[in-house]
Amino acid sequence: MSLDVATPHAGVAGGHPPTTTGLSHEKIGMWAFLGSECLLFGGLISTYLLYRGQSRPGTITPPDVFDIPFTSVSSFVLLMSSLTMVLALAAIQRNDQHRLRVWLLTTALLGATFVGGQAYEFTVFVREGLNLRTNLFGSSFYVLTGFHGVHVTLGVLMLLSLFGLAVRGRITTAQAETVELVGLYWHFVDIVWILIFTLVYLIP
Amino acid sequence: MTVTQPAPALPSPELAEPRRLLRRPTSPRGAWAWMTSIDHKKIGILYGVTSFVFFLLGGLEALALRVQLGTPDNTFLSPEAYNQMFTMHGTTMVFMVIMPLSAAFVNYLLPLMIGARDVAFPRLNAFSYWVFLFGGLFTYSSFFLGGAPNGGWFGYQPLGRNMSGHNIDYWVFGLQILGIASLTGAINLIVTIINLRAPGMSLMRMPIFVWMSLVVQFLLLFALPIITVALFLLMFDRLFATNFFNINAGADPLLWQHLFWLFGHPEVYILILPAMGIVSEILPVFSRKPLFGYRVMVFSGIAIGFMGWGVWAHHMFATGIGPVALSAFAASTMFIAVPTGVKIFNWISTLWKGKIRITVPLLFAVGFVAMFTIGGLSGVTHAVVPSDTQQTDTYYIVAHFHYVLFGGSMFGLFGGAYYWWPKVRGHLLNERVGKLHFWLMFLGFNMTFAPFHLLGLQGMPRRVYTYPTGQGWDFWNFVASIGSFVIAASVLVFMYNVWASRKNPKAGPDPWDARTLEWSAASPPAEYNFAEIPVVTSLDDVWHRKYTEDERGRPVLRERRTDAEAHEVASADEPEERPDIHMPSPSYWPIFTALGLPIISYGMIYKSWIPAALGGIWTLAGIYAWALEPQTAPGGHGHDDHGEGHGAAGGPEGHAGSGSGDGDATPGDPEPEPVPAGDPA
Repeated sequence: MSLDVATPHAGVAGGHPPTTTGLSHEKIGMWAFLGSECLLFGGLISTYLLYRGQSRPGTITPPDVFDIPFTSVSSFVLLMSSLTMVLALAAIQRNDQHRLRVWLLTTALLGATFVGGQAYEFTVFVREGLNLRTNLFGSSFYVLTGFHGVHVTLGVLMLLSLFGLAVRGRITTAQAETVELVGLYWHFVDIVWILIFTLVYLIP
Repeated sequence: MTVTQPAPALPSPELAEPRRLLRRPTSPRGAWAWMTSIDHKKIGILYGVTSFVFFLLGGLEALALRVQLGTPDNTFLSPEAYNQMFTMHGTTMVFMVIMPLSAAFVNYLLPLMIGARDVAFPRLNAFSYWVFLFGGLFTYSSFFLGGAPNGGWFGYQPLGRNMSGHNIDYWVFGLQILGIASLTGAINLIVTIINLRAPGMSLMRMPIFVWMSLVVQFLLLFALPIITVALFLLMFDRLFATNFFNINAGADPLLWQHLFWLFGHPEVYILILPAMGIVSEILPVFSRKPLFGYRVMVFSGIAIGFMGWGVWAHHMFATGIGPVALSAFAASTMFIAVPTGVKIFNWISTLWKGKIRITVPLLFAVGFVAMFTIGGLSGVTHAVVPSDTQQTDTYYIVAHFHYVLFGGSMFGLFGGAYYWWPKVRGHLLNERVGKLHFWLMFLGFNMTFAPFHLLGLQGMPRRVYTYPTGQGWDFWNFVASIGSFVIAASVLVFMYNVWASRKNPKAGPDPWDARTLEWSAASPPAEYNFAEIPVVTSLDDVWHRKYTEDERGRPVLRERRTDAEAHEVASADEPEERPDIHMPSPSYWPIFTALGLPIISYGMIYKSWIPAALGGIWTLAGIYAWALEPQTAPGGHGHDDHGEGHGAAGGPEGHAGSGSGDGDATPGDPEPEPVPAGDPA
């Protein structure tokens, strides 16, 4: 939502003009936004937990459909993307353009792999008879994980946009903070997935 | 979300120009100036005017309700029309009047009060306004497209889920759009307060209104996502037949109530705290005393903000949530009355032994304190569970929340309108007409809502479209309906006052002999607010620049030895042209991007996925264009590298610049110079 994070840090070399706290507006704005997002996911996770085991008897339950090894692998892929995101930021802070591009693209690809895995998983579940309307589990599972998937997709879009700019050489050390902000968002989405994976998939 | 980073300090203008889809608006005039403006003062005025129009609409709906209920067995409104009227009245007054009207004050005043030149994200600010406007228009378009929302402003489930027609869909999508407006606004204003204060403006030197605004923005930041989740679940239930509120599938109807009131109770403080801030600004000025217990006022505001999260289930005492929850929420609800009571005593102590000037702002502020105290006391009676069980869903509740929201919030906001009118428009509103407005509104308000206490205790239920005669409800209902027309008359008096005062003489920068920074700027302020960013040395800085104290603590006017000192108190009445101060340039993209949201919503309501997708692409395109557009248009003289010159605490030297004569970067300039490139596409 904090669309204006893209305002140029013009004027002062390598940073922003003096602010009260010394931090840039964009960074505080991003933290505020992520704080708000916590409540958004908090509400959806609470809804899932409230409806755990409340579905009508005889309908599909989580153990019927979950493929823990598969989801573990895609979770691992997503977690590794946080590592490559850190490497991308480190690269631009050293003004290493080549590695910036490599790691941005890698992060985006890992994220896309995760989203692809989710799409595959959803397809399998639907084939096994679980859809949005099947029962409380179906509704709350798809809406929660789908909402997270949309967040990852938007993150991939941001990463690809950064990559596009990086290819054209328009990301210099002065814009390292933009990479950092996308990174903040990306790590946040990852952390949320750790919660969802634990609460939804792992806890029986 | 962070999308991309444009090239900062573009190496040369020709790099950026050819890619531009629409040429950047420069010095537009007329309607374009308003539609592309990112000046916080213009946006504040837009917020104010728009929410006043919605106030009139919500008021007309209220009058329709009161006509219907004025006499027993009335047939003025059909049951269906009545449902639409009371739903839209509540939804309008909460989401399209009090919230955005508070946003109008915050937007206009906050940068002035903290000594900034604009908010932290000026374009995001414009985006918030346009999203609010489109969200409001979208919701109201339902009247012409099959009927307005009819499930109450609280939208209880599973009622809403199972209703036919698209009425509820408009409510679901409309509130989600309005939520985006408030959320982006909250982020923007939080960053502004934290990061754009003038040198010396420590947290404990901030005007109390800024403090209350900060608390409100945090409440918005954390409360809005909760109602968004509730609306999101309901949206899925209605569009895709999910089971979140499907009782047949085992759903829990209390899920909605918990989510809604976990948002809804902080929302109550979102509605009242800005008005409390306004009143806390007005009372000291007109009693010529500092606010009594400034620190306590700040901390009680923060305490209300925190405790507001722990009382939501008192809206649900009749739903069978169990004795433990009942006791806990009863206790927390009584406890939150403590910081509120502290505030009331501090307001009274501010007036105590002050040199009181009876002006219209003061009347509204005192009216606020009195009416809010009554509303607060009836609120405490809701904390008592057995009493609340009796009162739930009766007119007693309606009386309570009108005393806090109308007698409280609206009185405070009207007081603020009179108080800051000279700052915004340059001239005072007529005091005599204003006093007529106040007394009519005060009389009409009490005539309308005081009888609701009696009706409620006599058992008249809320949300019924009529009642039979012989219940003992006829007389007070009739009185209340007369009272509602007295309120309407008082609003007409206010509108007359605005019209009649338009040619009043100029008021000057500081007509009230006030205390806070906005009164040191010109009236109306220059586009850049302050020619030189002020340096703040104390709370109520402007007051201390004007007055010192004698040995008995009485204020004594400082002698001004030089013109320079006089200039320090109040800058020139007529704002001067300052081409060296670079303000962010106007932009099409906020309004463009905002327009995509209702398109998405219409598409989804009618399950026309192609329009919905096009709306999504529209919004995404707007975001990209926005992100790639530098905040300040490159000037005609090479580069303009003062992109963030909108009031960073850097002081004037941060803005002294090479690009002399870049008049194209000042959209709302009083006398904009025609610039060749300034042809709005």
